[in-house]
Amino acid sequence: MALIHVSSPHTNRSGKAGHVMRQVILATLPGLAALCYYFGWGPLINVLFASGLALLFEAAVLKLRNRPLGFYLGDLSAVLTAFLLALALPPYIPWWVTTIGIFVAIVIAKQLYGGLGQNPFNPAMIAYALLLIAFPVEMTRWSAPETLLEGPLPGFGDSLAIIFGQLALPDGVTLATPLETFKHKGGLTGEELWASSTLLNNLEPWQAISLAYLLGGVYLLVRKVYTWHIPVSMLGSLLLIAGLFYAADPSNYAPPLFHLTVGATMLGAFFIATDPVTAATSNKGKLIFGASIGILVYLIRNWGNYPDAIAFAVLLMNLTAPFLDYYTRPRTYGHKQAERGIARK
Amino acid sequence: MSRIWSFHGGIHPPENKQQSLLKPLRQAPIPPQLIIPLQQHIGAPATPLVEVGERVLKGQAIAEPSGHVSIYQHAPTSGIVSHIGNYSVPHPSGMEGLCIQIDTDGKDEWIEHQGVEDFRSLEKPALAEMIRCAGISGMGGAGFPTEIKLHLADDHIINTLIVNAVECEPYITADDMLMRERAAQIIGGIEIAAHLIKPTHCLIGIEDNKPEAAIALTQAARASEIEIEVVVVPTKYPSGGEKQLVKLLTGVEVPYGKIPADIGIVVQNVGTMSAVNQAVKQGKPLISRITTLTGDALDSPGNFEVLLGTPVEFLLQQAGLNPMSLNRLVMGGPMMGYTLSDTSVPVVKTSNCVIAATEEEFPQAPPAQNCIRCGQCEQVCPAELLPQQLHWFAKGKEFDKAQSFNLMDCIECGACAYVCPSNIPLVQYYRFAKGEIRREQAEQRKAEQARIRFEARQERQEREKEEKAAKRKARAEAASRSQANRKDQVAAGKPAAADPQEQIKKLKTEAAVARTKLKKAEKALAEDTANTELQAAVEVARSKSEQAQQALEAAEKASPAPAPTLAELKIAAATARTKVTKTEKALADAEAKGAASADKLRASLDGLRAKAEAAQQALEKAEQAEKTGSSSKPAAPAADLKQLKSAASIARTKLKKAQKALDQAREDRADTAELEQQLATAQQKADTTQQAFEAAEKAADQADGGQAAPAADAPDLKALKSAASIARTKLKKTQKVIDQAREDGKDTGALEQQLAKLQQKADDAQKAFEEAEKAEQSSSPAPQPAADKPDLKALKSAASIARTKLKKTQKVVDQAREDGKDTSALEQQLTKLQQKADDAQKAFEAAEQAEAGSNTSQPTDAGSDLKAPDLKQLKSAAAIARTKVKKTEKALADAQAQGSESADSLATALDKLKAKASQAEQALAEAEQNSETVG
Repeated sequence: MALIHVSSPHTNRSGKAGHVMRQVILATLPGLAALCYYFGWGPLINVLFASGLALLFEAAVLKLRNRPLGFYLGDLSAVLTAFLLALALPPYIPWWVTTIGIFVAIVIAKQLYGGLGQNPFNPAMIAYALLLIAFPVEMTRWSAPETLLEGPLPGFGDSLAIIFGQLALPDGVTLATPLETFKHKGGLTGEELWASSTLLNNLEPWQAISLAYLLGGVYLLVRKVYTWHIPVSMLGSLLLIAGLFYAADPSNYAPPLFHLTVGATMLGAFFIATDPVTAATSNKGKLIFGASIGILVYLIRNWGNYPDAIAFAVLLMNLTAPFLDYYTRPRTYGHKQAERGIARK
Repeated sequence: MSRIWSFHGGIHPPENKQQSLLKPLRQAPIPPQLIIPLQQHIGAPATPLVEVGERVLKGQAIAEPSGHVSIYQHAPTSGIVSHIGNYSVPHPSGMEGLCIQIDTDGKDEWIEHQGVEDFRSLEKPALAEMIRCAGISGMGGAGFPTEIKLHLADDHIINTLIVNAVECEPYITADDMLMRERAAQIIGGIEIAAHLIKPTHCLIGIEDNKPEAAIALTQAARASEIEIEVVVVPTKYPSGGEKQLVKLLTGVEVPYGKIPADIGIVVQNVGTMSAVNQAVKQGKPLISRITTLTGDALDSPGNFEVLLGTPVEFLLQQAGLNPMSLNRLVMGGPMMGYTLSDTSVPVVKTSNCVIAATEEEFPQAPPAQNCIRCGQCEQVCPAELLPQQLHWFAKGKEFDKAQSFNLMDCIECGACAYVCPSNIPLVQYYRFAKGEIRREQAEQRKAEQARIRFEARQERQEREKEEKAAKRKARAEAASRSQANRKDQVAAGKPAAADPQEQIKKLKTEAAVARTKLKKAEKALAEDTANTELQAAVEVARSKSEQAQQALEAAEKASPAPAPTLAELKIAAATARTKVTKTEKALADAEAKGAASADKLRASLDGLRAKAEAAQQALEKAEQAEKTGSSSKPAAPAADLKQLKSAASIARTKLKKAQKALDQAREDRADTAELEQQLATAQQKADTTQQAFEAAEKAADQADGGQAAPAADAPDLKALKSAASIARTKLKKTQKVIDQAREDGKDTGALEQQLAKLQQKADDAQKAFEEAEKAEQSSSPAPQPAADKPDLKALKSAASIARTKLKKTQKVVDQAREDGKDTSALEQQLTKLQQKADDAQKAFEAAEQAEAGSNTSQPTDAGSDLKAPDLKQLKSAAAIARTKVKKTEKALADAQAQGSESADSLATALDKLKAKASQAEQALAEAEQNSETVG
């Protein structure tokens, strides 16, 4: 009998990294479904197209790096990146914008840094930020949800045609997002804006989508894919700061619940900021990381150039993650206090 | 029920304990051969007590401890020692170790043994010795000699005895079975341990997945004389870890680098307690243990009571091994156990479990993926480390960082690797990093030892060298001494040197050298009192020094002491005075402090004063004698004069200092009354010395009388000149101070008075100088041009100085006028200065004319060589005059433009200058003509 000689432990909780990715992808499905319900086939086509592209780019780079394809493609991290980017894009974005975004996310932001686990920045958010700066027109052309449309949503064929440039997006279909509407309210007070805007009185699609993301997030929390620290601290800090400003001046600032339920807040809190590779890892670090994102989101939304701010806030905090990890180390068993930074002994 | 705390992290792997609990405890048969490793514990391996071929009985000690942390080994059954040599032993590395092989005879014949039922009657050391002789080491895992843990030094006061019945690793049920079957024995062991360490609490920690064992223990504990509490803790891996169990049951953490005993806690395994009970009550050493045989490759897994030394393959056969399906053989549990690559290894005291696993049961770990920093490892780490960071550091070989992240606190429980979604063999990384760090530390220790050795060697060599050098030196000194002795003998024969003074000097140096030598020798002796050689040297040196001293004294007596010179006397007097002042100061200090030494000081002061007076008298006498004796000597009054001069200058310096101090004090607005007084005294002193000096000078002049040596006269004039210039400088300074004070709006009355005094003095000095000059001129009726020229120059400079002063004063006055101040005093001064300047100018002109006259009347036979400089001089004088005229014109123009009052004075000055210039031109023309006619 040939006995094998290996080191302990001899058992392992069944599961691969792909298992984690699969669960996260699974958790985005309610959000995707809600998007499709309100915006038509566009989001689904984007997600599928982006996933295919992501696998293609990933395979190409792995080939260049002489890595086994099946093993690395199987971790599904590329697909997850594609999902997150596609969910953040406008529903009927031209195909070439998506292609550029996926290329940047997979090839530049991830593989050039050494692949999974080595990238300092969230690949999907790097791509999103780049697209937002490079193609502001395409990136801000959101279509209206079905509830606010006169006619029906484009069918599957029409959607494909619109995305791949065979058909122009009908004029009546585009609409500003709630965040944009609020940002460009001009001299109107909050009350006036609320009274005048049909969009702000019909926020149900965005609220439903946010709720769907929240659902997925709770599923991941229950499955212990990640801990509560980042989403709770991020949403909590955003709620707190929005509440403070709203309480001080309701006519100038949006109500806190508005901030939680529109834009990419929920997607960011449960799917973007929680990306373990680029977030802080100690519990205390995660709390600081999440809370800072919440505050940054509010600051950029109110005083920045862009109506939404998840990408920039997350990227900014990605920069601080290694630092946070060094300075928020837990106290080791039997030690009087936690060490901070790297003290040479 | 006791409270239960919790520790961070932990996991819940599948337990897989049922398989081995299906069958009751079985007795493993005696194998044909037993292999007893000499090291089954932590510490030094035991030393064999038997030889090959020797028959041993069951329970007979076959190896004894070789050190403090070491244990006995006993024969598990009767038989013959067939071999002592290296065999594979249970170890993660699969290494070999020294073992005693026994061919069993199947008789299982016990050696004579006897227990003590009433262990409380035994002394503690005797009880501990029984446990030591039974060869018991911890049976939970680490295998630390039990006797040491139960027989602690007095500085460890134990308050809690924790018995570890947690058995948190999956698969293992050996302790569970033991508790079910032999709960009373365990409680008996705990009673013995408690008797030894006297804890206030006895706790048994057991996981809630062993209810039967918990019940059995609780019942047995109830029957005990002491209070033993069974604490059921939730099932969580690794609750059985010593540190985790301590935290779980007491809420206290074992501090880093300490053992539980340091915080009053001793942790013992249940198996160990049972062994202790057997050893004390029945006198049976530890020769068997319960081991779990489990795994899917066994047909009938279960627990076996196994003789130590039984080969694993023999055991597995008892449990129905299916060799074809066996893939991995693990000794210990699945989390921390290690694989065996050789089935012949024996069961030892720490072997609680052997898992014969199939490939399906323990599949090969999938290839590791990249760490995605998910942090799940951190969530489960019972040591509260950051495993993913440690992984990066270990991978990157950044061991210092890994250490700073407390890698050494890792207990290698495997929880992180168990939960890692990327299947990274984290524990392997940590073991590698720990090994590297330990290797590095060992190397450092080695290097440190090498360094210490090297330094010690160098030190020794240095010392040897020094000792040698010292010996050499001593020999050389002895040689030179004998030589010197010979020389002395030769010198004694010679006639005394002609000059007694010289002789005395020589003797003096000799005495001093001898004294120095003596001191040195004494010092050396003080450092090394035992050295007899040095003592002898000191004796020699002392006698020599005494001889030298005596010789010196004799010589001094013989030769008449030379009369002390005046200078010597003076120095003596000065020294005496200094001593007196010093002692006076000391006395004042002492009196101020009320010290007892004041009386003594006073007495010594009186003595010193008397001495100083005597010295002074002697000096005066000598001085008088000198004066009377050498009145014809011109050098003496000169010396006196010099002395007086320096005294005067010293007085002046003092005056200046006092003045400065006063100014400073005024600036600081301090109380200046005292300082002013001081200044006044200094002033007075300076005046008196100055007067004395002048008087002396006059006297000297008179004494010089008709001789009137020009060489002696010149210094006089110079001195007067410098005195005058000093007076002027003082005047200026005081003037400045006054100006400053006025600007600051201070009261300047005192200063002005001073100024007036100084003015007077300056005037006096100037007058004296002029008089002296006149006298000199008159005394030297035949004026020599060489002597005349400096006069002219001096006059010129005096005139120019006067002019400069005039200008400055003018400026000051202007300034004062602009500031709207009262300038009457200044103006007066100004007019005085004006006058003076005019006088100086006049004097200069007169002198010039006189010279010119003498020049022209001089016969020209002196030649053109003499004339040429004259011409030159005249030319330059004319040029200077012209320049002056121009400058004054300019100044006049300026003054007129500004409407200044000084314009008038300037105009008159200009006229004068013009006249002078024309005179100079004329003189020049005449001189030129003269030179031409001569040429």
